[in-house]
Amino acid sequence: MAFLQISEPGQSTVPHQRKLAVGIDLGTTNSLVASVRSGEALTLPDSQGRHLLPSVVRYLADSVVIGQEAKQQASTDPSNTIISVKRFLGRSVQDIKTAYPNLPYQFTDSLSPVMAVASGNVNPVQVSAQILKELKKRAEQTLGDELQGAVVTVPAYFDDAQRQGTKDAAELAGLKILRLLNEPTAAAVAYGLDSGQEGIIAVYDLGGGTFDISILRLSKGVFEVLSTGGDSALGGDDFDALLVEFIRQSSELTGELSKRLHRVLLDKAKEAKEALSEESVYTVQFEDDTGKHHSVVISIDKFEKLIAPLVKNTLRACRRALKDAQLEKDQVIEVVMVGGSTRVPFVCQQVGEFFERSPLTSIDPDKVVSIGAAIQADILVGNKPDSDMLLLDVLPLSLGIETMGGLTEKVIQRNTTIPVAKAQEFTTFKDGQTAMMVHVLQGERELIKDCRSLAKFTLKGIPPMAAGAAHIRVTFQVDADGLLNVSAMEKSSGVQAEIQVKPSYGLEDSEIAEMLKASMDYADEDMQARMLKEQQVEASRVQENLQAAMDADGQALLETVEKQAIEMALLNLSEVAKGNDKEAIKAAIEQVDKLSQAFAQRRMDQSIKSAFSGQSVDRI
Amino acid sequence: MNYFELFNIPVSFDVDLSELPKTYQQLQRLTHPDKFASGSDQDKLVAIQKNAQVNDAYSVLKSPLSRAEYLLSLRGIDLQHEQQTIKDTAFLMQQMEWREELAEIADRTDPLSALESLEDEIKQTIKSDLTKLRHLLESDQATDEKSAADVIRQLKFSYKMLSEIELKEDLLSDL
Repeated sequence: MAFLQISEPGQSTVPHQRKLAVGIDLGTTNSLVASVRSGEALTLPDSQGRHLLPSVVRYLADSVVIGQEAKQQASTDPSNTIISVKRFLGRSVQDIKTAYPNLPYQFTDSLSPVMAVASGNVNPVQVSAQILKELKKRAEQTLGDELQGAVVTVPAYFDDAQRQGTKDAAELAGLKILRLLNEPTAAAVAYGLDSGQEGIIAVYDLGGGTFDISILRLSKGVFEVLSTGGDSALGGDDFDALLVEFIRQSSELTGELSKRLHRVLLDKAKEAKEALSEESVYTVQFEDDTGKHHSVVISIDKFEKLIAPLVKNTLRACRRALKDAQLEKDQVIEVVMVGGSTRVPFVCQQVGEFFERSPLTSIDPDKVVSIGAAIQADILVGNKPDSDMLLLDVLPLSLGIETMGGLTEKVIQRNTTIPVAKAQEFTTFKDGQTAMMVHVLQGERELIKDCRSLAKFTLKGIPPMAAGAAHIRVTFQVDADGLLNVSAMEKSSGVQAEIQVKPSYGLEDSEIAEMLKASMDYADEDMQARMLKEQQVEASRVQENLQAAMDADGQALLETVEKQAIEMALLNLSEVAKGNDKEAIKAAIEQVDKLSQAFAQRRMDQSIKSAFSGQSVDRI
Repeated sequence: MNYFELFNIPVSFDVDLSELPKTYQQLQRLTHPDKFASGSDQDKLVAIQKNAQVNDAYSVLKSPLSRAEYLLSLRGIDLQHEQQTIKDTAFLMQQMEWREELAEIADRTDPLSALESLEDEIKQTIKSDLTKLRHLLESDQATDEKSAADVIRQLKFSYKMLSEIELKEDLLSDL
């Protein structure tokens, strides 16, 4: 492993072997990358000193432009310039068109949001990957070496499809994901460590395209999310849209706006919004498509009246989140503000009134999420082995499956702490039924049409029985990233089906591998070499960990036969890992894993027992 | 390891609710997958499974209803997938009364305070049912186990009423 450990310039490699890890805030409007350097988490600027990378990607015939330079051309080249692509992750074309009717993009497919641009077709995962790649490049240039891993943040409200899309984009960008972290949790980490507080904290996160409210309990370094709520389609962009509509009506422009004019008005609306956080009146000036000049005066009162219903919606979600956490407003000791849209004074004031306390704004609301993510990345990559910090997230939306009559049966309720595994039993409804379709859904509503469809799979080979006699156990497992795995088993026959849930409008694993191969950065041999190296790293990780575990507990927890079997498999693995057959290495790892699984479980149980020994006497 | 053993407490309906969160944190530190971020895939998988168990145990143990249900399941009485109906007519009458009151509450002169007094009434019923449940669960007589199961079924109705009252409260207070 030594060849992968990197020291900071000026420091010796021993004993401080720092590994490079970053936190990335993949935002709707802007994205950032941050890293812990000399004990402090800081956002990394580009060569021109800019920290924010606008989440805008412009496709030319033979090149890609990312960030500010792309954003500047958005008005002149709207259909090739993808803005706020985060809104499209894990969504169907119809979802997107319903939510954003005025988009300038050419969707080539009726289901999956593939967009035609100058260089060909691109999907939201690929566009997001371009942004991540740019940030990765920036980090590697600044930090001077290859990254070992990244924590990428997502809105707490993101469903499985949106999380999976984000993870796929990271993979496509060549980033090793240490964890998908909820944005509000990241923000609380950024503040929590600074002030060392304990108690209930509310994180109000109003970004460009999403709104999240999270209620957290901080105690001895553990950040426990108690409840979360919000709206994955409400944000500052909606303020802009309302302003555009107001400007359109005030200038008596009728009919649908041209793509160009819409873009112009959107830019003007953003200008007005920013100006109105300091001034009480702002005048928008522009020329329409016929060259006619328009001038529209917008007062702060008018602006606040326009956005008041949206802000009220966010407060409604705050109240619900408190209720879900079974807390009252006065138990909240701090309110953390996140997201560029919290710069709007009216938002801050309304939130302050609701919680009856001034919100925290000392960390730049645009940077706070990436800073928290960087702190978590530094810990997960292993730079702070003694850290007590632990982040416990919850499932934002209930998971269920379709039952008779188009209804959903919830298997895991929202706000359940993750990781979580739950099983539910179902039965057949016809005599002799040999197959059952399992339709996995996410959402709170009763009817399946009101929930998001995550996946459908069929459990085949059920032995024919009378209706109601088969016992089909469906198990949902959600990992710490909030990603779902589903398996189904018929109990009497043991027939099984298992799928990793892949979003209906996302990508298959094979597609990602294809895209990785096709991407310009890696020639085929490089790709092969990279995959071999990854397998070898995993092999040495398995060897080191297991050897250390055997030295510590092998004597106590393993039968001689078991111990010998594991040692043989380890020996085999170390031989195979010296070669260059990645499939063989993978198989050897799997063999070791299989033989040592029971040992790993016993060690876990042992660690729990020994932690409690010493206190058990007075408890029982 | 059952959930009580996992949390290092005696198998009993009485649980020290101030200790439980502390033990939970301790178990989180031992089992959360983030603590195995540099481990092998196998270590992570074992951690996810154990940690999921810790999370489930915590949610079961902290609420009296699910704790009682779990206690009975340890004694071989499974209430989760049953289709048993309640035959206690007095209880059923009471339920119908509550439901009628809730349905008509919006027409009252002061619906919010009417809702509050209904809520108080149900909370009282829940409280006395929980006391009853504690006594029944302390006994090891089979008939008491049956009665405990009946009380749990009734409690489920009462808790459901409470959540419906909360929903109504949201509607009435226009937030």
